[in-house]
Amino acid sequence: MKIYKLVLIEIWHRKSQLITALLAITLGIGVIVGIRSVAVVSEKAVAVNLDNLGANILVLPQGTSIDNYYSADIDAPTFPEDYVEKIRTSTLQGVDNISPKLTRRIKINNQSVVLTGILPSNEIISKPVWQTSGLSGQALKATCDTSAANKSHGYEDVRLQRKPIETLQQNECIVGSNIATTLKLRQGENVNILGSDFKVFNVLGETGTIDDDRIFAHLHAVQKLTGIENQVSVIEIMGCCNAISDGLLGKLRNILPDTKITTINQIVSTQIKTNQLMNKISIIFLIIILFVGGISIGNSIWANVNERKKELGTYRMIGFTKGRIYEMLLLKASILGIIGGILGYIIGTLSGVILGPQLAGLNIEPIPIFLLWSVLISLLISLLGSLIPAYLAGKIEPYKIMQEA
Amino acid sequence: MLIETKGLSKFYKHKDGIVEAIKDINLGFNQGDFVTITGPSGSGKTTLLLLLAGLLRPTAGSIKFQKHELHSASDNVLAGIRSKHIGFVMQNFSLIPYLSVLNNVLIPLSLNQNGERTKSDYAIHLLETVGLKDRMNHLPKELSAGQQQRVAIARALVNKPNLILADEPTGNLDPALSIEILEVLKRINIENQITIAMVTHSPTASKYGNIRIHIDKGSIVN
Ligand SMILES: Nc1ncnc2c1ncn2[C@@H]1O[C@H](COP(=O)(O)OP(=O)(O)OP(=O)(O)O)[C@@H](O)[C@H]1O
Ligand SMILES: [Mg+2]
Repeated sequence: MKIYKLVLIEIWHRKSQLITALLAITLGIGVIVGIRSVAVVSEKAVAVNLDNLGANILVLPQGTSIDNYYSADIDAPTFPEDYVEKIRTSTLQGVDNISPKLTRRIKINNQSVVLTGILPSNEIISKPVWQTSGLSGQALKATCDTSAANKSHGYEDVRLQRKPIETLQQNECIVGSNIATTLKLRQGENVNILGSDFKVFNVLGETGTIDDDRIFAHLHAVQKLTGIENQVSVIEIMGCCNAISDGLLGKLRNILPDTKITTINQIVSTQIKTNQLMNKISIIFLIIILFVGGISIGNSIWANVNERKKELGTYRMIGFTKGRIYEMLLLKASILGIIGGILGYIIGTLSGVILGPQLAGLNIEPIPIFLLWSVLISLLISLLGSLIPAYLAGKIEPYKIMQEA
Repeated sequence: MLIETKGLSKFYKHKDGIVEAIKDINLGFNQGDFVTITGPSGSGKTTLLLLLAGLLRPTAGSIKFQKHELHSASDNVLAGIRSKHIGFVMQNFSLIPYLSVLNNVLIPLSLNQNGERTKSDYAIHLLETVGLKDRMNHLPKELSAGQQQRVAIARALVNKPNLILADEPTGNLDPALSIEILEVLKRINIENQITIAMVTHSPTASKYGNIRIHIDKGSIVN
């Protein structure tokens, strides 16, 4: 008869009490796991999107909606391509790269495609793409230092080490991975875009972003094909943070008064704020379950001790020390804590997986390491909550119980 | 001498005053004695047993069990002595309700280092001697009162004790069952030379003792 066996049998014998003992801690852990699972995915989504961007400043036409910064320029109104020259000749400090784009949604063989015109040598292809597609070119040079402040604005070395696409002829195109698959395109083959033949210069690797459904072609070719000559829908600018804080945006606005100029940060910050709020909520919840869960498990252990007074007296009578009584009760609390942690993890993960897509539009995946955290936190709370009841149980004098008989 | 008391007294402090439950008791039992303790209700019989078990601390006097000074030993030493050398049979059987008969018998051995197999073989053997081997997987509530008390006796024997303390072991049993239990105790006493100290109200039961103690108002009267 090992102590743990004794404890397990006792728990099983009073299994209906498990529900009241574990309700608070299970729900508490469940809510935290749910919130954290959503937060992790949402943070990752922001990070992936940020990582895929080649720029940190966007020049968009007046009135463009920027709900989704990554596709803000698709079918947006346009403005003259001359603006690129205006920026270039303005001798503004801290502008490292300017890449104008014109993006339109078109159909190829009834397949919806995003056609984006780019200027080769100005275009920085996003990191995952150039890494997997072997597009060659000279690395960009940074004009600003890579201080923490610069980095926090998305101005990182990695981004600056990206290589621009050097050459892209008027009759060449670069194809996103989804498009390549659905249209069965390979490097060197021809594809007909809006009546003109283009040679596939390169097929991009999968990025998990809208780039997978894009075809990139020369800006001027796209302008001709779509009949939007000398116009662009966005200018992406790589600017350094020092310059941004020194009022680069304001200076750009002076040069280009009829545009909307914004930083990626401004757009992303809303999403980051939501994530921060979620983190705050989970911390508040953590504190609440620390109290409620701990007290409720402690309370149920105390009720259990009172119910078992006679029995605990018997254990003492036949030679159990106070220490063994503590051991029995704390072992029980630990088992309850572990069960609560596991159940909480399952409930939180399930609700994240089921409700995540509906409520947040995010695909939540189970995060196994949270199981460890759930169990550890639940175990700790349950032990803390049971310390006082166990201590009081040790104080019960066995002779008093035996005389009552 | 297995157990010996000198000037043993126990006074309970109560808000209405002090209760002198045991007053200046001197006694000694040898290994193999069968001691019966009788006396009116409230005379201090249970208190005396609890003192002998090290479950109560005397107000004055000394208790020596083998070489141990119980009156001054620490709680843990006392618990160790109980678990190694003393068995208990109580009026209310004091079995653990959710443990099977076999597991109830096994609890005192949970500190014992022997293999689980050896322990349970011995527990089953003891259940056989009290005639309950076929009930070892039952819960206490599934047994009759006399059967429950026999489980308690098997549990009291499992640690191969020197002393069994019994507080009115037949108090909840009818006369026929009482005789049955008393016979079991007598057999243990004779066959294993285990000292038995048994509190009882019944004159029949008290005849089983080779040493008969009568207590009144906390003192031995003979
Ligand atoms: N915890 C206590 N606090 C105060 N007084 C107590 C306590 N326990 C017992 N007493 C008193 O001590 C005296 C002896 O009690 P004890 O239980 O030893 O009697 P007993 O001989 O076993 O009686 P019974 O035959 O009814 O079981 C009684 O007067 C009782 O009221
Ligand atoms: Mg009594």
